[in-house]
Amino acid sequence: MSPQHQPADAGTAANTGDKHPTRRADKRTRPGGGLTRALGYTALVAIALLYIYPFLIQLATSFKTDADATSHPLSLWPTHFTTAAFSRLADADYPRWFANSVVVALFVTAGRVFFDSLAGYALARLRFRGRGALFGAVIAVMAVPGVVLLIPKFLVLNQLGMYDSYSGMIVPLLADAAGVFIMKQFFESIPVSVEEAARIDGASTFRIYWSVVLPMAKPALITLTILSFQGSWNELPHFIVSRQSPELNTLTSGVASLVSGQLGDGNQYPIKLAAALLMTIPVALVFFAFQRHFVRGGTAGATKG
Amino acid sequence: MSEPNPGPAQGPGSGPAAARPAGTAKDRVPSSVPRGPVKDTGPDDAAKAGGGTGGGTGGGTGGGRRTRASRGGIRGREGLAGWLFVSPVLVVLGLFLVVPIVMALWVSLSDWNGQGSPFSSGVDFVGGQNYEPLLTKSGLAQSDFMTSLRNNAYYVLFVVPLQTVLALGLALLVNGRRLKGKGFFRTAYYFPAVTSSVAISVVFLFLFSSSGVVNSLLAKIGVDGPAWFADPRGIIHLALGALGMNTDAPPAALADHAVGGLSLWDWISGPSVAMTAVIALVVWTTAGTFMLMFLAALQDIPLEVEEAAEIDGTGRWQRFRHVTLPMLKPTLFLVLTLGLIGTWQVFDQIYVMTKGGPGKTTLTPAFLSYQSSFINNEWGQGSAIAFILFVIIVAMTLLQRFVLRDKDEARTKADTRRAAKAARSGSGPTTGAI
Repeated sequence: MSPQHQPADAGTAANTGDKHPTRRADKRTRPGGGLTRALGYTALVAIALLYIYPFLIQLATSFKTDADATSHPLSLWPTHFTTAAFSRLADADYPRWFANSVVVALFVTAGRVFFDSLAGYALARLRFRGRGALFGAVIAVMAVPGVVLLIPKFLVLNQLGMYDSYSGMIVPLLADAAGVFIMKQFFESIPVSVEEAARIDGASTFRIYWSVVLPMAKPALITLTILSFQGSWNELPHFIVSRQSPELNTLTSGVASLVSGQLGDGNQYPIKLAAALLMTIPVALVFFAFQRHFVRGGTAGATKG
Repeated sequence: MSEPNPGPAQGPGSGPAAARPAGTAKDRVPSSVPRGPVKDTGPDDAAKAGGGTGGGTGGGTGGGRRTRASRGGIRGREGLAGWLFVSPVLVVLGLFLVVPIVMALWVSLSDWNGQGSPFSSGVDFVGGQNYEPLLTKSGLAQSDFMTSLRNNAYYVLFVVPLQTVLALGLALLVNGRRLKGKGFFRTAYYFPAVTSSVAISVVFLFLFSSSGVVNSLLAKIGVDGPAWFADPRGIIHLALGALGMNTDAPPAALADHAVGGLSLWDWISGPSVAMTAVIALVVWTTAGTFMLMFLAALQDIPLEVEEAAEIDGTGRWQRFRHVTLPMLKPTLFLVLTLGLIGTWQVFDQIYVMTKGGPGKTTLTPAFLSYQSSFINNEWGQGSAIAFILFVIIVAMTLLQRFVLRDKDEARTKADTRRAAKAARSGSGPTTGAI
């Protein structure tokens, strides 16, 4: 078991001493709670440090000179503060890559959230011939390694005249099986009773999906939004095979080529880290915007009403 | 992680079960409930294509026959809506996943050389000729392929358990009801997962560079760190060396016996030092995503259920083991499956950071397939590798499904429906009972 479970065990041990029924119900006065919490916080903070420190290093290093980056990798403050890395990126193709990534990610995210939830709802709730087979197909498709598809995806795109174009980069990503799976799982966890009430009132299937079920599926939709945006922003292999023009490079394919030695001599970590830093910012913004929407127990009140 | 056993009758991931009155959290749901109709609905494929009663999740199979007659029109419209709803996904996945798979299968069985269409008349069917050099004929292709399988197997062996346990642990920690700064911690852990794998790879290239952050930290405690991404030594070899074995002259029993073009000694190398850096990166990155999935599931467990267990005096561990874990089972299944599928496809990190090196110790089937096709123009062989990989992943998925199959699931689902029905009709106790 992982060390994270220690607090829980400690809590159990502390609890056994307390047999009084009224006190047991009152969490705040439970003895041993303090120790459990201290342990919990220690673990949380230690792991948080492990997760934040690399980004701070990245931030600091992108303002360093090459020599400074190599000789003082740990320092969180540049000895000679310079924005040279950023101006070099601005003069290169970087802004173009950035714009391409934004366009692709926006279309792909909108498409996935809508299409995946539609399909997920149908597979979870609507009774129609072939549903079981379709769900089996979705599961099977999830298991298909994307790399199997690199060569033939290129062929299909070529055949359709979509190779080396935005449509070729976007359309194949508009739906994904994992998203459908996640949505189906979630819809199944929502009580049917609410929908049945709407159905008795004579609402159409799409209306039930749109105005009754989707609002209840908010947590899953937000998760799917984040996953879709992250997925399309992360996507590398597809952009290796669906385009060849340098002006269609996204950030991923562009920065990957940057890392594999387009820069010439030396490690040049500041400019590489600056490129990576800038491509992180939009995802970070979207992420922070969506974060607060995480709602506890989306279904908790549904059957009560 | 202990293997999750089928827990009490709480329906995993089913809302209605969650809505069951808290007081019965411990009691098994009344066994007096007739279980007649349960038998014709399997746990997963409840609504098989032909089954008229279908609707495992619908209004309850009990009234299936009756409703079919009275709701024929609705059923018909539902069928149309169902197909309309899935059609966008069907078109995209069909055109860019299923059609390509068929083409890839053909390419792997043909002598297509990358010029023109693989369906043109000049391309011939060659049967297993692309597979033979990989599987049976000894040579460079075979040893490369076997090396990539070994590398990826060690990678999976480390990444999947580590990321699942870390994700579950993080979710449990962050889910603490009275925790302050919850949002901050959740954000911190999930953040790397939303970040581009390319960007993260760049950061880790710097962290693990020979004069980088990790080695500087190691130097502070007096350890001379390795040149991470240039170090092909396997960690099991290193461990054996540390135990006193002469790793330059391994035992003849291991060195002289070869399986699939690799000596047994090479098979047991463990992941290389370079690969451990990749493993560290991937676990660090993906744990956040899976944490969110666990978190979403944890948050779907109504407070009432936990509180009831708490009031009943169950300890934390017991509560986790018998209340939380069973309810997390579908998520655990999802996380393990996605983990197994994902880890066999590792590509981005290898493409950006190591390109298969050093000494081919980070070569994976996925990258090898790309390399064979797009760089060495061995299209048939590249597709063959991809297909073997495909088979491996499907096998993993099936194994996973088999292992986690829950015999009680059908019964649970039926109980769940009964409970939901009872609650709806008002005869059952309501959620607000506490």
